[in-house]
Amino acid sequence: MKYIPLVWSGLWRKRTRTILTFASIVVAFLLFGLLQGVNAAFGVGVQSSRLDRLYVQSRVSFTDPLPMGHLAQIQTVKGIDGISYANWFGGYYQDQKNFVFSYPVEAETYFALYPEIRIPPEQLQALLKTRTGALVGSELARKFGWKIGDKVPLKSQIWTHPDGTSDWVFDIVGIFDWPGDANQSRAFYFNHTYFDEGRAFGKGTVGWYIVHLADVTKGPEVGKAIDALFANSPNETKTQNEKESTQAFLRQFGDINFIVSSIIGAVFFTLLFLTGNTMMQSIRERLPEFAILKTLGFTDGAVLALVLAESLLLCLTAALIGLGLAALMFPYLKAFVGVLSLPLQVVSLGGGLAVLLALVIGGIPALKAKKLVIVDSLRGQ
Amino acid sequence: MALAVELRQVVKHYRRGKEMVEVLSGLDLAVPEGEFLAIMGPSGSGKTTVLNLIGGLDRANSGSVTVCGERIDSLNGAGLARWRSRHVGFIFQFYNLMPGLSAERNVELPLLLTHLSRAERKAHVDIALEVVGLSDRRRHKPSELSGGQQQRIAIARALVADPTLLICDEPTGDLDRQTADEILVLLQTLNRRQGKTIVMVTHDQKAADYASRQVHVDKGMLIAPEDRP
Repeated sequence: MKYIPLVWSGLWRKRTRTILTFASIVVAFLLFGLLQGVNAAFGVGVQSSRLDRLYVQSRVSFTDPLPMGHLAQIQTVKGIDGISYANWFGGYYQDQKNFVFSYPVEAETYFALYPEIRIPPEQLQALLKTRTGALVGSELARKFGWKIGDKVPLKSQIWTHPDGTSDWVFDIVGIFDWPGDANQSRAFYFNHTYFDEGRAFGKGTVGWYIVHLADVTKGPEVGKAIDALFANSPNETKTQNEKESTQAFLRQFGDINFIVSSIIGAVFFTLLFLTGNTMMQSIRERLPEFAILKTLGFTDGAVLALVLAESLLLCLTAALIGLGLAALMFPYLKAFVGVLSLPLQVVSLGGGLAVLLALVIGGIPALKAKKLVIVDSLRGQ
Repeated sequence: MALAVELRQVVKHYRRGKEMVEVLSGLDLAVPEGEFLAIMGPSGSGKTTVLNLIGGLDRANSGSVTVCGERIDSLNGAGLARWRSRHVGFIFQFYNLMPGLSAERNVELPLLLTHLSRAERKAHVDIALEVVGLSDRRRHKPSELSGGQQQRIAIARALVADPTLLICDEPTGDLDRQTADEILVLLQTLNRRQGKTIVMVTHDQKAADYASRQVHVDKGMLIAPEDRP
């Protein structure tokens, strides 16, 4: 603690330069916090995916439908103890920017495959009894102020009625929770029969089948057996476990992880050069001061530690401010990323990265200060 | 009287490009405890090198350097640093204060290497600032002080850890005559009242006159008074 004033004064030797360096690190970590936070939010879905559920979809694309007739054939495969199906609805509420993750599902079987979904049994029964019924996630209900009994119109970007309109009206009969995954708590489920009867095209098809495994270790064998059933048919299938399927779905938007890592990598690489160069310049200018410290009795190791401490103080403080700003901004991004707060793992990763950055940019100047020869430095050589 | 400094057959040479330049050629010097010694000589004579060797800032190529009862030429880098912090106070021509620190923080620097508590460090700093008469300037940065005041702060920094030896390299070289005299009187007082051994390098005969003894260095050797040109 007693060395803090010394470290602090060294840091603020050139005020403008330090402020600019500080600001660039703050911005870099703000960007890191936001991007990595978004990345982590996407990753939540992948991490919470289960291996006991298989997704059967068209081999061509997940947007290509499969015949409903596949259901009976898939049920014949050994190792399956549950099956259901669903579709992508592509709905929005009032305005296209109010996108709703909406799915027509085979309600009698679908929710049995998803024990994570917390829904009162009477609300599930209400869905089964109400043709136009819908179950909405708690986050979604909160967002639009919906409650049980409300009549809610959704428009579909894909599915129209035979008369050409795309307005679908639903009666909210239940509100569910998906603990630990805010994204899933923004979903909207309704009866597949209502959907199938009301749509102008694609009748008798489903988007994908969900299969539950009796033995989680048999996933690859069951997947191969299902795909073998439809090999060389007009509707070949591709069966994946939920994790693979979620990743493949996210890849439709681009490889988020790759994009985020590339941007962050470029930012930090540039930062490394800029800050490293500034740090070198700062130390070079202060070599006589370090020589004085050595003259007074500071050892080589102490001088090295002082420079590293300076670098750590700069990087860690700026990084914490950057991550703090990202955390403050995160609630405003909730509608986009579905997560209310900056994940703790991002803050820890950011802190670790700041320490690494400090050691890299401070390492060479610290060694230079450590090795300086007192008499040469005092002579100005 | 015991010796504070004893240099025996000290040789020091530097490499300048491909050439080896001998700065000290078998120099002998003895400084008794409590003496105020002025080392004079022309530029390049080797007087600052002598000072650096006594202060443990540089190493001799051969010969022995004993200061404050310790053979410092045999100490390693860290040992020498610790020795300096305990035994020697340095005063330079251009003050060499840390520009970002206040006067009191500058004075406190050598005490950071001790185990003294914050309160004890403050007490020592207060005394040192009192001795140099700058208690009222304690919160000023070096840039807010005159040259004479900065040199007084440097003296306070040199004194604060209570070293036995003060090493002064042209301490008045950057000051006007009146301020220089004030600084020299202060050094003389420290020598006479507190018994500090002082070794001072200077070009200035008037400055050297404040010392209790003067020696001259030329071409790497001490010159006897009768041999001086």
